[in-house]
Amino acid sequence: MAEFTLPKNSKIKPGKKHTPATPPKNPRTFKVYRWSPDDDQNPQLDEYVIDMAECGPMVLDALIKIKNEVDSTLTFRRSCREGICGSCAMNIDGTNTLACTKAIDEVKGDVAIYPLPHMPVVKDLVPDLKHIYAQLASVEPWLKTETNPPNRERLQSVEEREKLDGLWECILCFCCSTSCPSYWWNSDRYLGPAVLLQSYRWLADSRDEATGERLDDLEDPFKLYRCHTIMNCTNTCPKGLNPAKAIAETKKMMLARQG
Amino acid sequence: MSLRSPLATARGLGSAKSGTHHWWLQRVTAVALVPLVIWFVISLIVHAGASYEEARAWIGSPLPAVMMICLIIATFHHAQLGLQVVIEDYIHAESCKIASLLIVKGGAFFLGLLGVFSVARIAFGG
Repeated sequence: MAEFTLPKNSKIKPGKKHTPATPPKNPRTFKVYRWSPDDDQNPQLDEYVIDMAECGPMVLDALIKIKNEVDSTLTFRRSCREGICGSCAMNIDGTNTLACTKAIDEVKGDVAIYPLPHMPVVKDLVPDLKHIYAQLASVEPWLKTETNPPNRERLQSVEEREKLDGLWECILCFCCSTSCPSYWWNSDRYLGPAVLLQSYRWLADSRDEATGERLDDLEDPFKLYRCHTIMNCTNTCPKGLNPAKAIAETKKMMLARQG
Repeated sequence: MSLRSPLATARGLGSAKSGTHHWWLQRVTAVALVPLVIWFVISLIVHAGASYEEARAWIGSPLPAVMMICLIIATFHHAQLGLQVVIEDYIHAESCKIASLLIVKGGAFFLGLLGVFSVARIAFGG
């Protein structure tokens, strides 16, 4: 059966409370999921009280401040701090998003921060992305052609290029796939919205010559058709993209070649 | 514990090269059910208070009988397609999954056939 409750060793317990020695002018509490593979402890929720008068506006600013000044053991991924690398994807205030583009002001009350849902955790806020990267590789997200390469760029009309808008912007943060219940229950076989959007990015590319083979590989009750248009993917995408539409377009292509 | 590469795990047994027909039929039966159910509900309201003999005569006449058979086929076909997806989504133990699918598919086929036979029997004056 699909698992609806956490296994015993994954149940989250209350953790440490870190409060500054001097009372802060503008305090804000961050509740952060902590788990380490090095001890046999259950995950815990640590609380950090931060003075917003001395902290940047984004959730990532607070996490970096905690790591630098309060607790250097806090582990998370981050790189560009401007919403283009996708490293700091995590669950903030109940929604998957990028810590670097999520303003602390947008959150009411305490700021709850968890790793991306339903993924194996490496440590604290770092999910294991091995399987989802392998799923991405399995759809071969690169240009495939048989025609001899031209002596110059492969040309596209303006209309053909426009079909890639809303697809090329994906930064592979996997906020969408990890928000999808269908992906939670069946990620062993279902590719999930992020990978299906990447797949459609090549199906929609006028320069690609492997459309049929790509559709052959996707036509499967699990790989593609586990999408039940729940739409969490589109709701949560921090880049404002629409993976649900990309999946619907793929289903339309499947139907178009039937009859 | 598995030492298979992540790519081998992700590719699994490959594509089944099916699924489109199932998905499309679920949509087709859903759309067909819209007018059929509206017709059925209106008919029930119109015949509220009718006697047993009147109701029998109505269901036995050609148009209501055929509409009724269409409604029964569309309902049970749609139900078994939908339940199949629910079972595949949530039941992961292979033996339990196959047993559930057989019960649902067999049950839908039997009940559908029973409904069609019942309407036909009334229509043909049995």
